[in-house]
Amino acid sequence: MGRSVKKGPFVDAHLLKKVHTSAGASSRTVIKTWSRRSTIIPEMVGLTIAVHNGKKFIPIYISENMVSHKLGEFAPTRIFKGHTTKVAEKTTAVKPPA
Amino acid sequence: MARIAGVDLPLPKRVQIGLTYIYGIGKARATKICQEARVDVNTKVKDLTEDEVVRIRGIIQRDGMVEGDLRKAIAMDTKRLMEIGCYRGLRHRRGLPVRGQRTHTNARTRKGPRRPIGKK
Repeated sequence: MGRSVKKGPFVDAHLLKKVHTSAGASSRTVIKTWSRRSTIIPEMVGLTIAVHNGKKFIPIYISENMVSHKLGEFAPTRIFKGHTTKVAEKTTAVKPPA
Repeated sequence: MARIAGVDLPLPKRVQIGLTYIYGIGKARATKICQEARVDVNTKVKDLTEDEVVRIRGIIQRDGMVEGDLRKAIAMDTKRLMEIGCYRGLRHRRGLPVRGQRTHTNARTRKGPRRPIGKK
């Protein structure tokens, strides 16, 4: 179920404060944040926000299309490098006992 | 022959079912349209009077996207997701399920037929 419209979009207070100050100051500093759960609001458009993915901060330039998505959607937490082939699996399996 | 919303000319079936041959109209919407057009759901498509066809056509045109428009809208939506680089867009790009379903097994609808791996 969606969130009640009455409450408005959810943004963590600490992030909201930073967004407001940097939007006013016109300084192009990157905002670092762990708040992946925050909704992207129109005020953030044009800012660069570095979102934590569990390991490092992924800088994201916020465009108009991204409004109403969550910040976390843009910083993937998993990296899939592909499955190992059968041959590679055998060679790695043999090595450890030695 | 009744021609509604472009290319669709349904069969000697009941109106309610015939309308579902239009992309974007399912049974629920078909029933609603019939009610609003004051057409009995049990009349066959071929027995529709010219007047009834016009009424149905009007209702479909007024409230709702069907066929090409709808397909275009959906394509635009997925394109938007892919362009902004969000998680859902990445899943669309890779042809994997978008809404968090498991991919260990199943997910064949999105992934397509099984591809043999590492066979020797």
